[in-house]
Amino acid sequence: MRFYASLVYLFLYFPIAVIVFFSFNAGKSATQMMGFSVGWYGHALHNPFVTEALRTSFIVALSSASIASVFGTMAALALQGMKGRVRMLFDALIYVAVMVPGIVIGISTLIALVTLFGWINPVLAALFPAGQAPQLAMGLVSLIGAHALFSMALVIIILRARLAGMDRSLMEASADLYAAPFATFRQITLPLIFPGILAGFLLSFTFSFDDFIIAFFVAGSETTLPIYVFSSIRRGVTPEINAIGTMVLMTSLVLLVIAQVILRRGPRQEAA
Amino acid sequence: MPSSTSSAMNQAPAIAEFRAASKRFGPVLAADEVSLTIRRGEFLTFLGPSGCGKTTALRMLAGFEAPTSGAVYLDGERVNDMPAYRRPVNMVFQHYALFPHLTVAQNIAYGLLQRRPRPDKAEVAAKVARALDMVRLPGFGPRRIWEMSGGQQQRVALARAIVNEPKLLLLDEPLAALDRKLRREMQIELQTLQRQLGITFVLVTHDQEEALSMSDRICIMRGGKIVQTGSPTVLYDEPISRYVADFVGKSNFVDGIFAGHNKVTAHGTTFTGRILCTPAIGSKVTLSIRPEQIELTRDGLEPVQVVNRIFLGEHTEYLVRHDNMGELLVRVSRQAEAAEGPFDPGSEAFVRWAPDAALILDQD
Repeated sequence: MRFYASLVYLFLYFPIAVIVFFSFNAGKSATQMMGFSVGWYGHALHNPFVTEALRTSFIVALSSASIASVFGTMAALALQGMKGRVRMLFDALIYVAVMVPGIVIGISTLIALVTLFGWINPVLAALFPAGQAPQLAMGLVSLIGAHALFSMALVIIILRARLAGMDRSLMEASADLYAAPFATFRQITLPLIFPGILAGFLLSFTFSFDDFIIAFFVAGSETTLPIYVFSSIRRGVTPEINAIGTMVLMTSLVLLVIAQVILRRGPRQEAA
Repeated sequence: MPSSTSSAMNQAPAIAEFRAASKRFGPVLAADEVSLTIRRGEFLTFLGPSGCGKTTALRMLAGFEAPTSGAVYLDGERVNDMPAYRRPVNMVFQHYALFPHLTVAQNIAYGLLQRRPRPDKAEVAAKVARALDMVRLPGFGPRRIWEMSGGQQQRVALARAIVNEPKLLLLDEPLAALDRKLRREMQIELQTLQRQLGITFVLVTHDQEEALSMSDRICIMRGGKIVQTGSPTVLYDEPISRYVADFVGKSNFVDGIFAGHNKVTAHGTTFTGRILCTPAIGSKVTLSIRPEQIELTRDGLEPVQVVNRIFLGEHTEYLVRHDNMGELLVRVSRQAEAAEGPFDPGSEAFVRWAPDAALILDQD
């Protein structure tokens, strides 16, 4: 058993290890080691296309994760207050949203937005003087929206678990001690679910930062880091790509570990 | 102690009142036309098995449940629709419900800090310190909740409630999670605290010993209804039904038919007793005799066979078999046993009891 398990892990992680390994290549080949160097990291970070793509990725990840955290939290709290069938239906729908393949989300978001823009743009054109009407198109905003939509499901799932595990009598105790509903939310509910919100934010950030498929469809002319990597691979693979890949991997890994640690710490978090 | 204060209690004004208050959860009638007056300064206990409606009654006082019909009054004001956070009432929750992200002091100060205008910081700190002293946890303020033992958490929950000087302190099975010795200690402490503060305590419990030892009055509930309300002494000496006699203390029961006057026929024999219910002739009643009211003797009129002897320190419990009444539990004091000598299992003995020690009660 242990042998087979090792094989599975080797199969999963060997390609990643290879990418990390060759990112330290001194030579120009992505398959032939020519000595150790961190030169490609410097190279990547001095490439204006890479830094621009990195900037875009950060903006998208930060914005979509923030939106997803706020709205996801609100949705989870609302779901907590619902009962029976309605809640079960929404819970199921949220799990489905997470399971739908990225390519389906990408294409459907693209079609939905194109259709929507097709309706709105003529209206805008009619409202503004000729030539000055703003044109809605694919770009940063549509990408942020698409990522926020998907990440929201992640946040809801994490928070639903956390809220379900919370002692209901804490809220009653707060009300018993003269705190009106909003005061209870601010002083009790929010501090207790905050680790969940933070973990949801970090997962959303990671998801957005790594995502290629959805971004490929709805980013318009914007270039995120994964899109840059994809397009430069077509011009041949250099260890620069490996270096970028390793950096993305490390960012994601660190954020995921932090998210896990926060979720594990449970009620022992220091708040207030 | 409780009996000496209860006569004064009778004149005390009402602090809370149920007027035919009912609460329905779907098909379940959790409280069924509960009517009760709670007097200022008393220690009242709702006693009954789980599902009898005692917790629902308490939650209607706290404001967590609104009555489906009828009314709840607090200090003369109808509070059916008053939310919990407006009621001058505090509760000690069954599992304490302490806020895990706050320190002990922050937990206790929570209620004070909700007041508007916000009270002075020094004043809050002083009140918190005094409350901690009162529950014998001085200096524990900066501790985290999870660092405290179960008994200590219990005290913090108590301090968090009393620091607000509520008109009513509600206690929902507050001692259920503690071990036996600690529970005994807390019972005494709760009683002392109640005397000191003069706050009205309303306790919910299924533990008869707890109810008997602490309360001025006990309200026995069953199926959402109040069965009997009275001082512990009254409930023990004059229960109206077998249910009450069974719930408050131990007793021997013999089912029979009411034969008029003070007579009951059971298993072909006629017994006399004191009537505490209003049965029709020929209706089913129960004869109840407390174990300590029965005397075990070497000779007499009612022969029994000794089945078992259990030495319990201050007294001894005998299980004896009576031809007509079946097995009886007899409690023999140390002195009585010293005079008569111990009875061996399997030996012959006789029982007797004073005529008014046998109570004629409703059978249900």
